[in-house]
Amino acid sequence: MGLDAKIPQGPLAEKWSKHKFNLKLVNPANKRKYDIIIVGTGLAGASAAASLAELGYNVKSFCFQDSPRRAHSIAAQGGINAAKNYQNDGDSVYRLFYDTIKGGDYRAREGNVYRLAEVSVNIIDQCVAQGVPFAREYGGLLDNRSFGGSQVSRTFYARGQTGQQLLLGAYSALNRQIHLGKVKMYTRTEMLDVVVVDGHAKGIVTRNLKTGEIETHAAHAVLLATGGYGNVFYLSTNAIGSNVTAAWRAHKRGAFFANPCYTQIHPTCIPVTGDHQSKLTLMSESLRNDGRVWAPKTKETAEKLRKKEITASQVKEDERDYFLERKYPSFGNLVPRDVASRNAKEVADEGKGVGATGLAVYLDFAEAIQRLGEDTVRAKYGNLFDMYYQITDENPYKQPMRIYPAVHYTMGGLWVDYNLSTNVPGLYAMGECNFSDHGANRLGASALMQGLSDGYFVIPYTLGDYLATIGPKPVDINHPAFEQTRQDVIAYNNKLLALKGNKTVVEYHRELGHIIWEYCGMARSEEGLKHAKNLIKALKADFWKNAIVTGENDEVNAALERAGRVADFIELGELMITDALDRRESCGGHFRLESQTPEGEALRDDENYAYVAAWEFKGEDQEEVLHKEELIFENVKLSQRSYK
Amino acid sequence: MSGNMNLTLKVWRQKNSQAAGKFVTYKAEGISEDMSFLEMLDVVNESLTKKNDEPIHFDHDCREGICGSCSLYINGHPHGPKQAITTCQLHMRTFKDGETITIEPWRSAAFPVIKDLGTDRSAFDRIQQAGGFISVNTGGAQDANAILIPKVVADEAFNSATCIGCGACVAACKNASAMLFVSAKITQLGLLPQGQPERYSRVQAMVAQMDEEGFGNCTNTGACEAECPKEIKLTNIARMNNDYFSAKLFREQHANDHAGGE
Repeated sequence: MGLDAKIPQGPLAEKWSKHKFNLKLVNPANKRKYDIIIVGTGLAGASAAASLAELGYNVKSFCFQDSPRRAHSIAAQGGINAAKNYQNDGDSVYRLFYDTIKGGDYRAREGNVYRLAEVSVNIIDQCVAQGVPFAREYGGLLDNRSFGGSQVSRTFYARGQTGQQLLLGAYSALNRQIHLGKVKMYTRTEMLDVVVVDGHAKGIVTRNLKTGEIETHAAHAVLLATGGYGNVFYLSTNAIGSNVTAAWRAHKRGAFFANPCYTQIHPTCIPVTGDHQSKLTLMSESLRNDGRVWAPKTKETAEKLRKKEITASQVKEDERDYFLERKYPSFGNLVPRDVASRNAKEVADEGKGVGATGLAVYLDFAEAIQRLGEDTVRAKYGNLFDMYYQITDENPYKQPMRIYPAVHYTMGGLWVDYNLSTNVPGLYAMGECNFSDHGANRLGASALMQGLSDGYFVIPYTLGDYLATIGPKPVDINHPAFEQTRQDVIAYNNKLLALKGNKTVVEYHRELGHIIWEYCGMARSEEGLKHAKNLIKALKADFWKNAIVTGENDEVNAALERAGRVADFIELGELMITDALDRRESCGGHFRLESQTPEGEALRDDENYAYVAAWEFKGEDQEEVLHKEELIFENVKLSQRSYK
Repeated sequence: MSGNMNLTLKVWRQKNSQAAGKFVTYKAEGISEDMSFLEMLDVVNESLTKKNDEPIHFDHDCREGICGSCSLYINGHPHGPKQAITTCQLHMRTFKDGETITIEPWRSAAFPVIKDLGTDRSAFDRIQQAGGFISVNTGGAQDANAILIPKVVADEAFNSATCIGCGACVAACKNASAMLFVSAKITQLGLLPQGQPERYSRVQAMVAQMDEEGFGNCTNTGACEAECPKEIKLTNIARMNNDYFSAKLFREQHANDHAGGE
């Protein structure tokens, strides 16, 4: 089956405006006849819920957290990109588009990315109008900083808590609609299935996390904004609760899952200290504006540092290798994340890593502190330095941070067309849970941009077209599909609750994470992936035999919640491996050892792999079927990415 | 990898909001000082699970101090003995080997216990819904740089906006007052030019909801400020009181500025 992305015809810069005009509208009096379900209250979900309710639709909004404000967008640190060109440094919509396409290693759609760059400017306006306290200059204008993969300063920020401030802005807009009765909010409610009637998504099945009640909800359309699947690695910078369950269950009901092997390993995270570790903490990319990444030039010096015989400050300037500045003079420390991460791994692999485990390099602020003063550095990055200190008990004002790559973001996700519709009519995906805009590698400060673009400025237009097509006739919640899907969920949960083996769900999760990190992390090979696939199959079989799930359904039961999520991660893990095996090229975050340039950079194979891999679920323990969406480049020339 | 600290925990266990709760004693063994407090509880929960006993329930999510989920009352302090951090950022090196640690949920009538150490803080959401917003629809906003905001004002608004809604202020207060939380939002929006049109209706709506939820009043003890993980200042409450009195004195002018503006 060919996949139609429904990219509008015409010149790149006119596609979105023309498309908006061509989309059908729902008249104001009819909007109140439509019900819309939105799952997830992060940037994409909250902004969509507020915007659609403002238009007059009836919205039901769901989150598994105790409050919509706690969605994991809250933790985004560094900033949000927008092509405002306030700095007069040569930015433009076209440049943001170009940087994003290139940063994604030419594996994203031109039409989508251009639209993203185009509406980026509206996002900043909208957020400021809501009272988001972005950083300002003394004259009262907005301030900007730089992020990786770009040579202009286009990143807007609110200290190191940009995600928090943007999310609280969207949350306030959502609150206003709850207050006005246009949004009904369901907190501590987890979506466990999609109800599909005659091929169209018409509702969801949820579990009330306080009472255990399994309920059905009907609507004219179901919008998923449920985030990424980074926790498939067990250790990641995601929140503990972040999961793939909503997207995965939708996948099992027919929605294609695209590019699952495109995962982002962020170069600057606090290194792992031991097996007890439950999550990893990011140190914002913005730190690379002033921090310099280095490792000792020799293994001998590294060895002394690991044994704490000397400290980092005792390593003389000529014994240090500022490897990013050396290898990539034009972008220096601000190369894209995939490039920075691979280089850090290479250094550690050569035995030049530091810290007790040797799995770390330095991010050094000594030069910045000398140049700007400690107070200025504190004003810019204070909360990040404090966080680093709390976790490591080391003072980054006095000695360099130790950092190492960690899983941070997933570019893959549910396949959607230009309208953000999955291949199941009536089922939409927004934000990180779709695959659409970042190709094989996301640039820093672009996730917030995409989440808010989808929610504030794309879905309010594109959804109307579908709704106008199907008409406002109420959805019949008594259709047997609702009860059938509900029974499926109950049976599945009972199967989980019956597991009374000898190994905890967390142990399975950790084991899954080790497999994926080892074989489908920063470097992947045919042989390793094949081996990993067998390991995951065995892990899945063992899980359904020997896992322990405590408690009952009809109560607060975090063990049951976690078990369902881990079971889905195991299945997704297998699909990631399948996808990584299929893609015998390197691109962005997907680095196949068999496909590299003489300098060790990712080597694409545009002739054979310039496509989106969209996978179709065929049933339990069946191989998934691949559908290809060819990527067509009419405006940019595909070339080897260079940041030298 | 485990460590060599052994601790005794006295943990509040309560099956649900209706059931009576009690302290139960657990051993936490082989704890590393590099573990976070929640990772220490993970270790205890893993061993409970292995015995098919029900793990201790607590709210947590981001584990990097920003989502506001974690909410443990440790040895008589919300978020434990250290200042300016959340429970998830508290590390075991703060404690001594052999120590006994008492762990309770937030205690406030407005935050009923859901299970064990988890409470229902939806009252905070309802206060925000009553008026914690600027009534602006998506689209149609003017260029962001058309609104000039002095850096000092933006910074101050940010300092208030940094509240994570964890509820430590309420848990710390002998009156279970939510005024630090409520005043933080009122101050953020009240300082910014965009927040002016609804400034006085907002404060009235939010305070009314706060009272309805059963939170106590402020007697200027300052425990909230001392325990706030984000160091929200008591001066926010002064600003809120100031706006509230203004609104009450001039309520005729402002009564029709209904927050939400239909």
